[in-house]
Amino acid sequence: MTALNSKIPEGPLSEKWKNHKNSLKLVSPANKKKMDIIMVGTGVAGAAAAASLGQMGYNVKVFCYQDSPRRAHSVAAQGGINAAKNYRNDNDSDYRLFYDMIKGGDFRAREANVYRAAEVSNNIIDQLTAQGVPFAREYGGTLATRSFGGVQVSRTFYASGQTGQQVLLGSYSALKRQISKGTVTMYERRQMLELVVKDGKARGIVCRNLVTGEMERYSAHAVVLATGGYGTIYFLSTLAVNSSGAAAYAAYKKGAFFANPSFIQIHPSCIPQLNEYQSKLTLMSESLRNDGRVWVPKSKDDNRKPTDIPEEERDYYLERRYPAFGNLVPRDIGARAAKERCDAGYGVGETGYAVYLDFKDAIKEQGKKTIHSKYGSLFDLYKKITGEDPYKQPMKIYPAGHYTMGGLWVDYNLMTTIPGLYAIGEANFSDHGANRLGASSLMQGSGDGYFILPYTIGDYLSGEIKNPKPSTDAKEFEEAEKEAIERINRLMNINGNTTALDFHKKLGKIMWNYGGMERNEEGLKKGLEMVTELEEQFYKDLKLTGTTDSMNQPLERALRVAASFEISRLMLRDALNRNESCGAHFRTEHQTEDGEALRNDDKYMYVSAWEYKGDNQEPELHIEELKYDHVKVQQRSYK
Amino acid sequence: MDLTIKVWRQNNPHDQGRFETYQLSAASQDMTFLEMLDALNEQLIHEDKDPIAFEHDCREGICGSCAMMINGRPHGPEQEVTSCQLNMKAFKENDVIVVEPWRAQSFPVIKDLVVDRSAFEKIMEAGGFVDVDVSAVPDANTYPVGKDIAEESFDAAECIGCGACVAACKNSSAMLFVAAKVSQYALLPQGKKEGLTRAWNMVSKMDELGFGSCTNTGSCEAECPKGISLAHIARLNREFLKAGFHNLAAEKR
Repeated sequence: MTALNSKIPEGPLSEKWKNHKNSLKLVSPANKKKMDIIMVGTGVAGAAAAASLGQMGYNVKVFCYQDSPRRAHSVAAQGGINAAKNYRNDNDSDYRLFYDMIKGGDFRAREANVYRAAEVSNNIIDQLTAQGVPFAREYGGTLATRSFGGVQVSRTFYASGQTGQQVLLGSYSALKRQISKGTVTMYERRQMLELVVKDGKARGIVCRNLVTGEMERYSAHAVVLATGGYGTIYFLSTLAVNSSGAAAYAAYKKGAFFANPSFIQIHPSCIPQLNEYQSKLTLMSESLRNDGRVWVPKSKDDNRKPTDIPEEERDYYLERRYPAFGNLVPRDIGARAAKERCDAGYGVGETGYAVYLDFKDAIKEQGKKTIHSKYGSLFDLYKKITGEDPYKQPMKIYPAGHYTMGGLWVDYNLMTTIPGLYAIGEANFSDHGANRLGASSLMQGSGDGYFILPYTIGDYLSGEIKNPKPSTDAKEFEEAEKEAIERINRLMNINGNTTALDFHKKLGKIMWNYGGMERNEEGLKKGLEMVTELEEQFYKDLKLTGTTDSMNQPLERALRVAASFEISRLMLRDALNRNESCGAHFRTEHQTEDGEALRNDDKYMYVSAWEYKGDNQEPELHIEELKYDHVKVQQRSYK
Repeated sequence: MDLTIKVWRQNNPHDQGRFETYQLSAASQDMTFLEMLDALNEQLIHEDKDPIAFEHDCREGICGSCAMMINGRPHGPEQEVTSCQLNMKAFKENDVIVVEPWRAQSFPVIKDLVVDRSAFEKIMEAGGFVDVDVSAVPDANTYPVGKDIAEESFDAAECIGCGACVAACKNSSAMLFVAAKVSQYALLPQGKKEGLTRAWNMVSKMDELGFGSCTNTGSCEAECPKGISLAHIARLNREFLKAGFHNLAAEKR
């Protein structure tokens, strides 16, 4: 176990980033033109970073698996994006945003990174507005805001229930602008399979052209992964079905440490699973909890229609348990509280695994029109999926896998443990600790992409001016491509009887049951065994058809599922190692009398970063101690 | 439920393509349309056949990946849904369902139901952005935008770029797609400064890429999964005319 150097700059918290920026080395415009950067992923972080780097004068090559960068899953973020603008004059500040995130993350995030995220948040809103993002406005024409969970100010900017779509399209438009100027080259329909490391530095990637099936090699002076999270290890989640952590995992196998893999956010309000065929779960934005009240019937097995249950027979359990924050508790707390009620037999719906989110009072107080303008698109989405009208009866919701706080370990410069390899957005681990607060993923992705990576990457590239990018004929590229082809051939030649989709569903069940909202030692050990068994079966019984030299979607899925097995094991192992509860990581052995997460700060106030040691070897744990110099570490309370 | 699915199968852009007919009994009214296709694909894989290629990702109607003609209509018979949101409750026992890729010259078929929509990307590159650098911007509240104007701009910005408007149009015109972008920006002070070039450049690119002209039949609006209004085409026409007069005047000078 070695200690990791996070390279956090010296000085007072609010001066760190300012001073650090001044100390970062620059690359001259003439030299930028000679330098290539590979960007994998085109969500909010990737598109923003690619556009910024292109504008600065670098040659940027951008890759995504979809047919257009606009389809990245940032598009599905609903509720909003935070900034400490203090537009409502409710005494908001960078420090308060920082503090809310540190507390919300249950004191497992890195102070300096979080403060910086808060610091750049205001610029993001200015940037997006200038790009023509149609944020919601007040009648006076200024930008509107709303509240989100775990927060007592109104700092969340939004565009109806489609903020992610609009923020992504903003960065997409900036990307398109750079493509039209020729600074960025776009490569769509590519699946990254290997990271190429040469002389200890990240120097390129190998990817599969999803149309022709051909292997392609690309070299550069630096590689950035903006490839999102790995929440699809649960199979059913709010993620896009093709999202996976496979690209980050490929980097892990080449030496990038993987941090806090057990920190996965379960979002409290999703449309419950309706049937066994379901291929994904749909989020109902946390913003709904601004006006919606969560409840279950006070008596078990109450089969009356929700509208027939009188007020005094309803248990508004969040308001009861957390009077200070009420329905706006952080996500991990809201999710566990719903599970607690359902496990105790008070759940509603056909399966008994759902709770109500009711807008009756809000509609009465504010009128249907106001509620429509705030949440219209979400109400429509709910109605399309369930056939029920939330204007007339409460929504039914239940928690589902949503966001991975864990990801590739990065230092303050967002560089992984492989020199020249960076990770931004959800793909890294640094800003959300053990639980992410709502509306902070668009904020972190945008901040990393527009204002942080473009500065920090120059510091590294300034040392690479004399090193030309390697030829793609170099032996490291040759070997990486060979590895990728061997992996594909291995899968194609199994000729078994079970499809990749089936395996993925089975994996998801194991992970949800043993590595989901609640974990314990026995379950985690059992989960590890079961995942290993299932993986063995996968390599004996996978069935694929078609060929490798054309579009083959089941093969694409099989490659992702293969990585998901390994990420799942890493996740369970991390959860087993972290013998405490914190944020979204809830070990039933460690809880307070009221059932809240009980941390063990003496032993686990650290980031766990795992190093790959070979396919059949246990990964090695490294730790980064966390220090809190600017906040008082305490038991989180939202009461 | 038992279904007969007739699907367009085409191995690659050069293949002539053909309809294949499949019987599916593993379907249920609880499925979405794409889950039904998943089930059909599982069946095909077990029969050692190549599964049907189709695009999909978010499966909640926002990424714009899924794109198919279902019984002759883009995204199927329901109003304002994408294929991934289409519920199998829209169909009955023993129905015959015909599934085809988008039919438009500018969207060549790659495989089965997957078409190449990169023409949309080229149109966006011709002007689908506000010409502003990262960082060189004023405070977001510098230019007030009326609530109703912001909402109208948002309504246009809701476009998911799926291509249903092109597939629905008898002229394979991309006018609604272009109009949504032009209108979003034309309504906002931030986007006004390119008012004289954006519409002109995007429409010219659309013409160059082989999309047809608009004859105001309104089928795009009727089939748009996001309900984007034809009124935005009217605004595009105004913007285009303005740019036209401006260009004419510039030529005369």
